[in-house]
Amino acid sequence: MAAMLNTEANIAAPDAFYEALIDTHRDLAPEQSELVNAKLILLLANHIGDLDVLRQAMAHARAGIVPQGVAPGEES
Amino acid sequence: MRRAGRAESGSGRAFGIARAAYDVDVDYRHLELPYVRSADQDVAPPAHHRVVVVGAGPVGLTLAIDLARQGVPVVVLDDDCRLSVGSRAICFAKRTLEIWDRLGVGQRMVDKGVSWNVGKVYFQDGLVYAFDLLPESGHHRPAFINLQQYYCEGYLHEAAAALPDVDMRWKNRVVAAEKRPDHVLLTVETPEGPYRLQADYVVACDGSRSPLRAMLGLESRGRVFRDRFLIADVRMSAGFPAERWFWFDPPFHRNQSVLLHMQPDNVWRIDFQLGWDADPEEAKKPGNVVPRIKALLGEDARFELEWVSVYTFACQRMERFRHGRVIFAGDAAHGVSPFGARGANSGVQDVDNLGWKLALVLAGKAPERLLDSYGAERESAADENILNSTRSTDFITPKSAVSRTFRDAVLRLASDHPFARRLVNSGRLSVPATLSQSALNTPDRDAYTGAMAPGAPAADAPVRVDGRDDWFVQRIGGGFTVMVFSDDATPAPGVAAGLRALAQGPIPIASIVVVPAGAPQRAGEAEGLPQRTGVDVPRIAVVEDAQGMLARRYDARDGTCYLLRPDQHVCARWRSLDAIAVAAALARATCNA
Ligand SMILES: Cc1cc2nc3c(=O)[nH]c(=O)nc-3n(C[C@H](O)[C@H](O)[C@H](O)COP(=O)(O)OP(=O)(O)OC[C@H]3O[C@@H](n4cnc5c(N)ncnc54)[C@H](O)[C@@H]3O)c2cc1C
Repeated sequence: MAAMLNTEANIAAPDAFYEALIDTHRDLAPEQSELVNAKLILLLANHIGDLDVLRQAMAHARAGIVPQGVAPGEES
Repeated sequence: MRRAGRAESGSGRAFGIARAAYDVDVDYRHLELPYVRSADQDVAPPAHHRVVVVGAGPVGLTLAIDLARQGVPVVVLDDDCRLSVGSRAICFAKRTLEIWDRLGVGQRMVDKGVSWNVGKVYFQDGLVYAFDLLPESGHHRPAFINLQQYYCEGYLHEAAAALPDVDMRWKNRVVAAEKRPDHVLLTVETPEGPYRLQADYVVACDGSRSPLRAMLGLESRGRVFRDRFLIADVRMSAGFPAERWFWFDPPFHRNQSVLLHMQPDNVWRIDFQLGWDADPEEAKKPGNVVPRIKALLGEDARFELEWVSVYTFACQRMERFRHGRVIFAGDAAHGVSPFGARGANSGVQDVDNLGWKLALVLAGKAPERLLDSYGAERESAADENILNSTRSTDFITPKSAVSRTFRDAVLRLASDHPFARRLVNSGRLSVPATLSQSALNTPDRDAYTGAMAPGAPAADAPVRVDGRDDWFVQRIGGGFTVMVFSDDATPAPGVAAGLRALAQGPIPIASIVVVPAGAPQRAGEAEGLPQRTGVDVPRIAVVEDAQGMLARRYDARDGTCYLLRPDQHVCARWRSLDAIAVAAALARATCNA
């Protein structure tokens, strides 16, 4: 059976984690934050490794969000 | 001129072949091939031919050689009288070289071509990482060579023109194609006016704009990329190493990508991404090209502009490659982005797949249905190529802000983190398709490890034949071959009888017995290697597994045997030889089951 994304509480110190996450972005301009977030996602994705699990996470992250149009430059 | 260029480029390694047979001074870029009036132009009812190939690009020429070597006469029509204008395709992959080896033209390509192993990836103003391809040892051919398309076509053309069964007709433009129940009727325009001719089969190798496709009301569909690229071939003696350099967003060409690649004769390919808004005619003007190149090479760089072109591309394919008696191959059937060098390489694999099937059908040894398997196998190969080249394109030219952010994040991580280097995609180089879903395969009954599953192209390995060093892939192909691993050079009487019976069927199967290095061979056993023309009755050959690599790569034990197709793909395997099972697998692989 394919591995399942763990969405149960799994972080022992949730407040400390959250604080660290916000701290990571301290003093950064929005574009810099975007870059940090992207790097963070890539590092964590590599740590997880399992593409099935990653796909489940991507689907959860996007669920319920209605696309508000196509980004400029998107080709037909 | 040419000869000097070769020597300087360092590609003139000495190979033990008769160089004098080639005219090394031919300038393939400017060669004009003669229009010659054909007798078909003087007959009233249209002349009838078995196969007409439309288009003398790398794909059409490869097919013509393959068919003629199998004894099938072939007419080749091309609307032009020149070889490829400009270098176009420059990377030819191992599998393509193996196919050309089977057709006797591979060595010449390798002799002229240059190889590289080191690639460097730059992001903005710094080197992110360098990689060494460190090719796996024990293969005759390198992962790929760089060679201008005009050399490739020039060599193919010379090989084709030397075959009596190839009828080359330059300045013969197909202007109409009509499907008739038992043939195709073509109208051909020449400098001396039009004529008509009939064919059992027409293979359309007429390039990405395929007039044949339009004549039949067919389409190639897919994704068009709104981007333009400038190609400049520059000749310079500057001491750039033979490496592939790829820049993302370099200071000398902000927000775009640049690729630098070496070709023979001290010619370098520089590829600049321009973006969609660039005016192609303006971009091509030397006054605009030269400053771009100087920005890369330095103000003082001395170079000569050899060829400049601006291109766009689409990733697309025809829904089906076979339309009755008209069969599409190469760029006519499918298109990819240039990232990964899959265009010419996949086209050559198309016709490698088609040639033997067409020959069997024309000989009445297989039903027409076999040609549908060409479509099925190569359509899925095209999907694989399109998928890979689309992924590369999306990495190289991100289509949205977030895609750009991730791309840049990957590149930033790549300098410190090896995992991220594997995400950097500056083109995944062409590898052959494994036809694992093909209906021509006989499913495995036993368990195996490794890559040689039914559908895989046969892996190479060093062998010894009659005391001489050779390569396995050089010894197979052209016809079906059964490869039997044996600890003993003298096969058991039952095995030998089975192999002889298989050699005598209507579709003869050649045999290769693979023995461990140093196993004693009976004199004479290695003589009479299977002929690759498919006309001679094949005999049993013995090869020594010089370094034990064949047994490893094929997960073989004493008795393991493989059935290999004429295009060198595996189609069945067993742990011991059973002539009846082999015959059944052959029937399946030829749609005779
Ligand atoms: C800039 C660039 C870089 C590339 N780099 C690579 C690379 O590194 N590696 C790679 O594998 N591929 C590469 N390609 C792709 C490669 O050049 C093509 O995939 C390849 O040439 C396709 O071969 P073909 O024989 O199918 O078609 P073509 O080479 O296009 O040949 C078609 C032939 O048909 C003839 N023809 C057309 N219409 C008619 C008619 N009505 N009657 C008679 N004849 C006709 C044409 O004159 C032409 O000779 C590159 C392409 C470009 C443009």
